[in-house]
Amino acid sequence: MTTGGHFTYFITVFLMIAGLFIVIARGNLIKKLIGLGIFQTSVYLLYIAPGKLLGGTAPILSDAFTVYSNPLPHVLILTAIVVGVATLALGLALVVRIREAYDSIEEDEILSLDVDQAHRKQEQQ
Amino acid sequence: MNLSEHLPVLQVVVPLVAAPLTVLLRKRSLAFATVLAASWIAFGIAILLWMKVASTGAFSYAIGSWPAPWGIEYRVDPLSTFLLVLVSGVAAIVLPFSRASIESEISTQQHYLFYTMFALCLTGLLGITVTGDAFNVFVFLEISSLSTYVLIALGRDRQALLASYQYLIMGSIGATFIVIGIGLLYLMTGTLNLADMGQRIGAVQGTRPVLAALAFLTVGISLKLALFPLHQWLPNAYTFAPSAVSAFLAATATKVAVYVLIRFYFSVFGESQVFDRLPMKEAMLLLALAGMFIASTYAIFQTDLKRLFAYSSVAQIGYIILGLSFGSATGLTATVLHLFNHGVTKGAVFMLLGCVALAIGGTTMTRVQGLGKRMPLTSFGIVVCGLSLIGVPGTAGFISKWYLLLAAMEKGQWWLVFLILASSLLAIAYVWRFVEAAYFREPRKGTAAARPVPWLMAVPTAALVVATVYFGLETSFTIGSATKAAALLMGGLR
Repeated sequence: MTTGGHFTYFITVFLMIAGLFIVIARGNLIKKLIGLGIFQTSVYLLYIAPGKLLGGTAPILSDAFTVYSNPLPHVLILTAIVVGVATLALGLALVVRIREAYDSIEEDEILSLDVDQAHRKQEQQ
Repeated sequence: MNLSEHLPVLQVVVPLVAAPLTVLLRKRSLAFATVLAASWIAFGIAILLWMKVASTGAFSYAIGSWPAPWGIEYRVDPLSTFLLVLVSGVAAIVLPFSRASIESEISTQQHYLFYTMFALCLTGLLGITVTGDAFNVFVFLEISSLSTYVLIALGRDRQALLASYQYLIMGSIGATFIVIGIGLLYLMTGTLNLADMGQRIGAVQGTRPVLAALAFLTVGISLKLALFPLHQWLPNAYTFAPSAVSAFLAATATKVAVYVLIRFYFSVFGESQVFDRLPMKEAMLLLALAGMFIASTYAIFQTDLKRLFAYSSVAQIGYIILGLSFGSATGLTATVLHLFNHGVTKGAVFMLLGCVALAIGGTTMTRVQGLGKRMPLTSFGIVVCGLSLIGVPGTAGFISKWYLLLAAMEKGQWWLVFLILASSLLAIAYVWRFVEAAYFREPRKGTAAARPVPWLMAVPTAALVVATVYFGLETSFTIGSATKAAALLMGGLR
């Protein structure tokens, strides 16, 4: 296998690392979700790319063809995409609620707001 | 049509159907009745499956009559039925409790949605346990996780939102790691059926993608089961979630994740691959011990009881993983036993704290001062469960810790026996914090009288507390199932 043959894997790993890095390094809640989206997308590629064979055709049996692509990864990833959409939707909904409650979507600001609140509570007691 | 043949799939379908029904019905009492019925039916099915497996042995169910490995297979064996009984049992007990408990914690219009999410979460957890298909594990994992995020976000404080968001990020990273692991395994073996995978993996043993899959799965699942350093989401999630949710999650969610880890380690990779090719035993041992000591120490210094017991959960996960790290039948028995015993105990603890929160408005250390006088029975219950967390004879926690000690002695690792006992001392310290506040301090001046706890909350709570003691005295069910499950796993399911 040549380096070119691993082309899809290079892209997969790049997307994977980039996504995970954004999730960890960014404090903005929306950016974190974007990173998560990229991270999850890389997995779609990991599954789908090896399913395609060069010169392969759709898996409908026929005398004219001998090489078929594997359809199963597509089906799996269709499910994974749905899961990814649901996760993203829920994440965004939570961010909307967080912004209503804290008036901020920066993680460090929100955490410091919580700390302030805890201090005030202790002083009251 | 013979209904008893279809029990494995009904186990999942019944709560799954209940979930959309509650949305359609909308009225909260109807929604409550639907989910209550579903969870009790699920509990009944779990017991029937357990009895069937106990008498005739493990069996599979082919979804849509497509035979495995082409179709999705549901695998019912001693280990999965044991977990099914725990998960559905805790759900059936927590649900009646939740009705009165969420009254003061969630706004009334959202009650039916709470039940929807509860049913979905139950579906996911039962599905993970019963399925024999790797990708199905991921789908059910996400069903349970997504509904869990919503359940946590329903908490009363605004911190619940951030706790839920952080859990969503961590949980999704974990789930994605798991899919990567499953994907690599699928690339190498060409199958998604766990049993089939276990057979075919022999041909590609020790290749780099397989080891990478092992690493990805281990990290991903460890995030889900809150193995120490990956536990950051757990204390906030348990603290700010509604009481009923904390009780249900603490008793089931992390336990099911441990089950997934056991399944992949012993049914797919096989112990030789896991423990010989990579230093998994050492890594597991180290992280388990770190969790036991560091999380217990954290627990001692918490000012909120819910948070204290959440950290205690991280420590107890340490014991569960410690049993796994021995790689022996006794160790595995200890793991499976502690899954069950700790699930029952922690469920009881968080339900008791739910009663406390309802009665006196919170669970901070200052609020629970003098609780021994104000709520004698509830305080007594917390102490009993605390004893079980420490591992005092006569409680469920003792049984599993005893097996853990046996496993350590079997290996001749006396220093480990010492460390297990030493970490129990830390457990004594954090339970003592409650005892001191509740029994040796006077209630703060000017506190209103405790609200009475409705019987619908008190009875299920008492049931779980009694179970904590019962499983410490009458152990034929727990030890019998755990040894059978361990023997099955060690004998190689493949």
